[in-house]
Amino acid sequence: MQPVYDWFREFYERTGINLTFIYDGFDRARMIKGFWLTIELSIITIVLSVLVGVLGAWLQRTRLKPLRAAVDGFVSLFRNTPPLVQIYFFYFGLGFMLPRVLDPSTGSMVPLITNVQWAILSLSLFAGAFNIEIFRSGIEAVPNSMIEAADSLGYTRTQIYWKIVLPLAIRNSLPALGNNLVNLVKTTNLAYAIAVPELMYVSKQIWSDATNVREMMIFLLIAYIVLVQLLVVFLNWLERALKIPGYGQTEGA
Amino acid sequence: MNVIPPPTIIPPTPDAPIVSLRAVFKSFGANNVLQGISLDVAKGETICIIGPSGSGKSTLIRCINALVPIDSGSIQVQGIEVNDPHLDKLSLRRRVGIVFQQYNLFPHKTALENIMMAPITVLKQEKAEVEARARALMKKVRLAGKEDFYPGELSGGQQQRVAIARSLAMRPDVMLFDEVTAALDPETKKEVLVTIQDLAKDGMTCIVVTHEMGFAREVSNHVYLTEHGLIVEHAPPAEFFSNPKDARTREFLSQVL
Ligand SMILES: Nc1ncnc2c1ncn2[C@@H]1O[C@H](COP(=O)(O)OP(=O)(O)OP(=O)(O)O)[C@@H](O)[C@H]1O
Ligand SMILES: [Mg+2]
Repeated sequence: MQPVYDWFREFYERTGINLTFIYDGFDRARMIKGFWLTIELSIITIVLSVLVGVLGAWLQRTRLKPLRAAVDGFVSLFRNTPPLVQIYFFYFGLGFMLPRVLDPSTGSMVPLITNVQWAILSLSLFAGAFNIEIFRSGIEAVPNSMIEAADSLGYTRTQIYWKIVLPLAIRNSLPALGNNLVNLVKTTNLAYAIAVPELMYVSKQIWSDATNVREMMIFLLIAYIVLVQLLVVFLNWLERALKIPGYGQTEGA
Repeated sequence: MNVIPPPTIIPPTPDAPIVSLRAVFKSFGANNVLQGISLDVAKGETICIIGPSGSGKSTLIRCINALVPIDSGSIQVQGIEVNDPHLDKLSLRRRVGIVFQQYNLFPHKTALENIMMAPITVLKQEKAEVEARARALMKKVRLAGKEDFYPGELSGGQQQRVAIARSLAMRPDVMLFDEVTAALDPETKKEVLVTIQDLAKDGMTCIVVTHEMGFAREVSNHVYLTEHGLIVEHAPPAEFFSNPKDARTREFLSQVL
């Protein structure tokens, strides 16, 4: 790799385009870490937010009114407030109310929940609130006659939800879900605000040290395009994998 | 402490009707859909319910498996009182199969899976045994070879026969059919009617809501005409079609025959 590094260093000297995160060992290390952290944040929050969505949409169908009201309240709260405010609220509002605990490896007192964990929690709930609404409309699109058929076969409400309604609702929801998850990946960079060393945060560190703001900005744009594109490819694959032959088209001849 | 009384189960006598309705009333708001329906179906019998649109045929049939709760009266299926607040729905529904006009197959499951799902999920039966039975049922409804097709890849008539097989997989004692051929073209209608006829011949108790007068005449043991939520006339088909007693029956038959 050394020739590559040398080439980029020389490239900087020739053109003034300064890509320290490639040729400089220190910047490279933190960039790789930051990139990975963004990928980790994305994957974990995607999984958790989908779980929040499925669970919330399920709870919205219970007979317990207070539970339904709680889910509705949660959805409005997280849909109608800016995600940055939510992250701050969790980190500064809730985080500082929690006790500190002893970290046995360093012997120092550390927060019970780290800033990375707060970011994961807050982003998962933020995207999860949207997923609840998305799954809710996906569920509403499942014809009632299908539920009646299952009911007549003796399925319980829970079995109907998990075996029939949800598999169909997920397929109905896929396009809207994809949009929301793309949005979530882009929103992970708000973790920057509570000093989570993800892609955006390390880029800022690098440009502060190397005064290569312009290069880092272009790099960030490209990096997010690549990340989002990876997700889009995955979603397209998922859509194809879940496609039901003959479903969603006109009924068979 | 509230003691919940056990569900009413009347031990069946050998020749007691398998389905028995007594003075069943049902209204949706101000719409009195069933206004005192009584009828008995003996084991192995096939009855047809005919009548003008909106006369309450679907409502009647859906009351029998508790899809629609009734206001008053009594419905008994093999001694199970359907109009019982403590009704054990599963024990009723494993005994009563229903097939709808719109098939209502699960579109994300193959024909075979549609048939296998309920016995495995609901009755917790063993998969291998259920699969063998499902394959046999596919043969019985003359769809061998279509096991791995999805509902969307099957014709309406084929889907309807899978729906019949799906109900039969629960080994019900009674089958309800609600205008199961109404959405089909004449060709595919026949396939489905033949399937039901086979079932009736094999001794299945069938309650069939239909507009197919030929089927009612040839296959059923008894024909009921409903109008405005009442049974206007009922008789064995030979008598019902050749010698109707009620003026409304004659009027209805003159329109559909
Ligand atoms: N769930 C419901 N809520 C309100 N009204 C209903 C409901 N189901 C049926 N009805 C009404 O009950 C009446 C009888 O309907 P039903 O479907 O039983 O008639 P039907 O004899 O099966 O007619 P068709 O031959 O058209 O199928 C109709 O006036 C209908 O509008
Ligand atoms: Mg009807």
